[in-house]
Amino acid sequence: MADTIYRNGAFEADSWLKVADDEALPAEGQVLLSLERFLSIADENAEGLRVGVVLKAGERAQALEGRLEAVALIAIEFPKFSDGRGYSSARLLREKHGYQGELRAIGDVLLDQIPFMIRCGIDSFEVVNEPTRRALVEGHSVEVPVYLQPVGRADEVPLGTRPWARRHVAAQRVGQQAD
Amino acid sequence: MYRYDEFDREFVDARVAQFSDQVRRRLSGELTEDQFKPLRLMNGLYLQLHAYMLRVAIPYGTLNSRQMRKLAEIARKYDRGYGHFTTRQNVQFNWPRLDETPAILNELAEVEMHAIQTSGNCIRNVTADHFAGAAADEIADPRVYAEILRQWSSLHPEFSFLPRKFKIAITGAPHDRAAVQVHDIGLQLVRNEAGETGFTVFVGGGLGRTPMIGRKVRDFLPEADLLAYSEAILRVYNLYGRRDNKYKARIKILVHETGIEELKADIEREFEAIRHGILTLPKEEVDRIEAYFAAPEFAAPGDEALFDAALETVPGFANFAARNLNAHRQAGYVSVTISLKPIGGAPGDATAEQMEVVADLAARYGHDEIRVSHEQNLVLPHVRKADVPAIYKVLAENGLAEANAGLVTDIIACPGMDYCALATARSIPVAQRISERFGASERQQQIGDLKIKISGCINACGHHHVGHIGILGVEKKGKEYYQITLGGSADESSSIGEIIGPGFSYEEVVDAVENLVDTYVNIRDGEGETFLETYRRVGETPFKEALYGTQ
Repeated sequence: MADTIYRNGAFEADSWLKVADDEALPAEGQVLLSLERFLSIADENAEGLRVGVVLKAGERAQALEGRLEAVALIAIEFPKFSDGRGYSSARLLREKHGYQGELRAIGDVLLDQIPFMIRCGIDSFEVVNEPTRRALVEGHSVEVPVYLQPVGRADEVPLGTRPWARRHVAAQRVGQQAD
Repeated sequence: MYRYDEFDREFVDARVAQFSDQVRRRLSGELTEDQFKPLRLMNGLYLQLHAYMLRVAIPYGTLNSRQMRKLAEIARKYDRGYGHFTTRQNVQFNWPRLDETPAILNELAEVEMHAIQTSGNCIRNVTADHFAGAAADEIADPRVYAEILRQWSSLHPEFSFLPRKFKIAITGAPHDRAAVQVHDIGLQLVRNEAGETGFTVFVGGGLGRTPMIGRKVRDFLPEADLLAYSEAILRVYNLYGRRDNKYKARIKILVHETGIEELKADIEREFEAIRHGILTLPKEEVDRIEAYFAAPEFAAPGDEALFDAALETVPGFANFAARNLNAHRQAGYVSVTISLKPIGGAPGDATAEQMEVVADLAARYGHDEIRVSHEQNLVLPHVRKADVPAIYKVLAENGLAEANAGLVTDIIACPGMDYCALATARSIPVAQRISERFGASERQQQIGDLKIKISGCINACGHHHVGHIGILGVEKKGKEYYQITLGGSADESSSIGEIIGPGFSYEEVVDAVENLVDTYVNIRDGEGETFLETYRRVGETPFKEALYGTQ
């Protein structure tokens, strides 16, 4: 499977190099590190590199506080689609810690969970599940396009008098929302 | 009651379309059963022993006659002519076909109903006092906040894949009729010294394998902070609740293992970060939603001589009036409990015809309002006392006039092995046999307040832990055994019942219950002392001796 990353409404190749904890860092390029590895190196040691961090389920988003400027991608792991910890991590990163970079869902990413992920601030998806890939390519949206919770997304606006009722500013398809 | 606006309608319609698409993808094989399961559960669809079961939400147990008629129609059209009202104020249909569920949901949507989050590891239907808006002892109407929480929790993007199910209950009166202390979050409406509305908050109550009473985390949470504080609790739970063992995944275990003080600090930290933000409830919005729940325009009291005369002349009416009426805040009005516990019947079941009878009565005499109680009965919350004899007559003609509210035959029971895939023992037949044993009206009245609750497995859907007498069915070497607990309670003085001794066989269990009840009657301190009071006064010894002899 070549293009596994779904972003801005299309599939693309994964341009990030996963570097294991015991592997040496390359001199340049985009590297994806474990949280532990990332925290163990100083920013200057990653000069010339664009750095991404994998946040495993159970790892605290808070651990990245103060270092987020140095991070271009955070890949939140969903070990099983029914493990919802990543949704909270995503919202915390976006809404509490103000993370502006790319937020990616990796692991067991399926069609019916993607709309929830988007609302929590995730904007790219590593998708290997075939039916999910097909549905995304075909633009088959299964979202309920009106929401009953305010989340900290700039592209959702209150609707009527209930401040918790929201609608997307433009009714766009899953995955096609502007950053 | 709450009415949908355009937005709510769009929401529910879109949800039906979404679920229909999920069913289609399951039938075509695009979704595996593993992948489909949490999706169908989030829409109340279970795969049971014999068939699918659809659990329809009745938010905080409130519905009108049109909605009740729709339930009757669905029972007739897609089921076998009956429905089952549950301890979480919902209704279950036991025989729908998977491919027909989208059609059922469409029909429900026509009357502003749905099955959203009646199951699954998400925030479930929010329950409330079934006498809300009517009870004489009410501080504030819990339905207003239950509705706000219902909305906020519907398809919540962050909290749809929690470690386990999550249940919230609200009571608006000091006398807790919503069992709030055995919920994941229990809210008790209170007013502070300045007269402002707020909540006492309990966290970590629950039944199941490890029953626990909720711990108080807030004496007074201001009304405006309801959603922010709830979100803080849910976030802490979603992040740190156990996911390695489904039997240890409820928030009660997190409370237990983390310690209430540390968990409270986590919640408060999360809350501090988001309070005064977008989740703050504006007063005007609370008021606007409260207006939906405004009391109906009560009529002048009718001729209560009719009521008094019926007490003398109509057989059974005096008992009905003594047991099945609850004090109303409006002079000349009462709330009427319609028992779904006929002697020898399956607790909580109602036929389509009975649903229609109740709908008619609500429309004619009850300001079009019906409630489902967590005790699996129905309630007409607003009825003129003068109309009660006429209502009673219709109820009696339709097998709905059992005068047993709160009595020994008003039994809560889970579906048990007759329907449920999880059950390890029968519960409905045990309830039926106990009901028959104590069926004589005089005997029941003489025994007085007594709550028997029966679960057919350790998951405790029949709430046996909080029964004055609790019965838990288990399987041992291919045989059903029934373990008895005593002294449980789910009101403002909540307690978990204690196991009294070795279990009893299916054949023996009814005799054992009778033995316990007789023992109580013999040792009580006058007729005014209830079973629970006696038990709390004397402890288990006399009951133990009655069951097992002196050792």
